[in-house]
Amino acid sequence: MALLEIKNLHASLEEEDKEILKGIDLVIQPGEVHAIMGPNGSGKSTLSYVLAGRDGYEVTEGEVTFDGKDLLELEANERANEGVFLAFQYPVEIPGVPGMTFLREALNSKRKYHGEEELDAMQFLKLVREKAKALEMGDDMLKRAVNVGFSGGEKKRNEILQMAVLEPTLCVLDETDSGLDIDALKIVADGVNALRNENRGMLLITHYQRLLDYIQPDFVHVMAAGKIQRSGGKELALELEEKGYADFTGKAA
Amino acid sequence: MAATVETIEQVEQLGTEKYKYGFVTDIESEMAPKGLSEEVIRFISAKKEEPEWMLEWRLKAYEHFKTMEEPDWAKVEYTPIDLSDIYYYAAPKIKDRPNSLDEVDPELLRTYEKLGIPLKEQEVLAGVVAVDAVFDSVSVATTYRKKLAEYGVIFCSISEAIKEHPELVKKYLGSVVPYSDNYFATLNCAVFTDGSFVYIPKGVRCPMELSTYFRINAENTGQFERTLIIAEEGSYVSYLEGCTAPQRDENQLHAAVVELVAMKEAEIKYSTVQNWYPGDDTGAGGIYNFVTKRGACRGDSSKISWTQVETGSAVTWKYPSCILQGDNSVGEFYSVAITNNAQQADTGTKMIHIGKNTKSTIISKGISAGKADNTYRGLVKVLPGAEGARNYTQCDSLLIGDQCGAHTVPYIESRNPSARIEHEATTSKISEDQLFYCSQRGLSEEDAVSIIVNGFCKEVMKELPMEFAVEAQKLIGISLEGSVG
Ligand SMILES: Nc1ncnc2c1ncn2[C@@H]1O[C@H](COP(=O)(O)OP(=O)(O)OP(=O)(O)O)[C@@H](O)[C@H]1O
Ligand SMILES: [Mg+2]
Repeated sequence: MALLEIKNLHASLEEEDKEILKGIDLVIQPGEVHAIMGPNGSGKSTLSYVLAGRDGYEVTEGEVTFDGKDLLELEANERANEGVFLAFQYPVEIPGVPGMTFLREALNSKRKYHGEEELDAMQFLKLVREKAKALEMGDDMLKRAVNVGFSGGEKKRNEILQMAVLEPTLCVLDETDSGLDIDALKIVADGVNALRNENRGMLLITHYQRLLDYIQPDFVHVMAAGKIQRSGGKELALELEEKGYADFTGKAA
Repeated sequence: MAATVETIEQVEQLGTEKYKYGFVTDIESEMAPKGLSEEVIRFISAKKEEPEWMLEWRLKAYEHFKTMEEPDWAKVEYTPIDLSDIYYYAAPKIKDRPNSLDEVDPELLRTYEKLGIPLKEQEVLAGVVAVDAVFDSVSVATTYRKKLAEYGVIFCSISEAIKEHPELVKKYLGSVVPYSDNYFATLNCAVFTDGSFVYIPKGVRCPMELSTYFRINAENTGQFERTLIIAEEGSYVSYLEGCTAPQRDENQLHAAVVELVAMKEAEIKYSTVQNWYPGDDTGAGGIYNFVTKRGACRGDSSKISWTQVETGSAVTWKYPSCILQGDNSVGEFYSVAITNNAQQADTGTKMIHIGKNTKSTIISKGISAGKADNTYRGLVKVLPGAEGARNYTQCDSLLIGDQCGAHTVPYIESRNPSARIEHEATTSKISEDQLFYCSQRGLSEEDAVSIIVNGFCKEVMKELPMEFAVEAQKLIGISLEGSVG
């Protein structure tokens, strides 16, 4: 069974009746890593929001099945607890809430959802420290309020930490590589690679071939004007790097 | 539908059936005749077997009260209170004040149990808290007396203090809030029924948190409690009060007076978690909470710190204040005020700088949801002699939905050019981005609002004694329950 199956997905903005996703088809099997590339404004983030269940979008056509369930029927928090994780392109600040507290709340929500015991403070601390160490994040960063005053790169690293702790089955990473310096990119990529396994699927949204040098995708898709225009292997990313998106947007590179 | 829109609608729909303290205890009460008169005051005083000087003081206040008018300057609207329709005294029928908990009516103990008050001594948070519980008009049990007595600490009801420590009461009662102070305080002086008395002798650090729980149970009763705390030179005490009331259709009046006196190098930390019944979604039946709280930093280098978490009441009118008389004395005010539905709160503080190098800090966090109104009203006054006085004020408002209001009204009067006064104010909304971020991490929207609001209030919450911070955090979540869908 496919992990994620998107069929002819159309979605519009609720407020202005503007169609952004114009018939997306995509299948991710367990263990696969897919990359989506495409020009600015083509609808990549929108796709990630619609998958995650953000308010403000209306699905007008099509269906999405995740792990055999109708994903579109579920509330955003239920999708998260079912195992859909979105690493945000622009992670949000939550003043006054320590990262630890936030993440513990998140993990315990998931555990409760699955009828498991909640972790106490000590057990949780141990778990987080271990994961944070791999991402070279210190305690001070975990104690600080969620994303408040974090640099662009720190915010992205924090997203990966959350992902590592929550252990989702579908990881959607929206431009996690943007804003990372070369060393951080390596650390984050290692973090993501460590999470690769035969059950987990990944969808990487990126503008840069460089990330794909570190995280080798099984498939690369080009998205433009709300549709997947072409799919291929990782060589497609190299081709895009060279030629740009001219073939898909009708403009010269 | 966008989350923010849903939020607003949900808040509007939010009924108040969630108020879990809304039960009534079936206990026979003994009441004074309804209404306010000299006879009623004499009745109260006689019931309490008070000495003559106490009765005289009450009557003096009553005479003055008759010349006063109800104030209307606060930004709150409510049906005027009919003072003739209130019982000023209601006591659970017990022959004498119980000597031990075994003599307390089990029904009463069950009530406190339901309220989550650990009255039984062995359960009292492993000995860190001593509790005085005030039920309607009388104080029913004071725990841990013996242990406190070993330190010379007096912790009892004010009625007992009047009888057993008249010299202290005479000296300090009305010394911070005079009988003629304001409408509701003067009313309190005339008819106050019970409350707590605390005396910490010189150099003693009170070995445990002291705490009072107030409960209005009987119908149509006003609760007029009176609290007096005296900290002698070099002493320290941390005091916490919690309040609840049953759910009723008619508004009930709560007009308390709290006086604090800190001598040289003494410190009083006074925390309140107020969860009076807020009324239904139109405000009907909720408590009118009109309270005068004031502390005097009499001695040099003394310190008074007010921390309040206000989630209940239909109407709140409350300005815990500090009179900074001693040189280098310090006043602090940390406040979280949450209003939902039709709740109205006009709250803030007054910091009066009299001594040299006096310092005050004000951190106020106002949260409004539904159609509620939340006003911060603060006065910082620096008198000519207050050389080098400093104040820092920070007022932050958080709005949930767009039908609620937040207002900040700072008054600053400085009559000493060396004073430094800083004021910062912000207003923000819970953003849809924040809510989505939290739900994407698996949090229900209620948990999301709760965690965001608690984050917003963090600077205040960290001032609460540890044992109560968790409770207050939960309370914040409960009082905003249903504020998103
Ligand atoms: N709330 C909104 N209001 C108006 N337009 C919107 C809104 N959200 C998205 N759009 C529009 O939808 C289109 C797709 O946006 P989206 O963010 O999905 O693009 P993207 O492919 O992620 O771009 P980028 O590579 O720049 O991140 C853009 O034209 C954007 O302006
Ligand atoms: Mg994007």
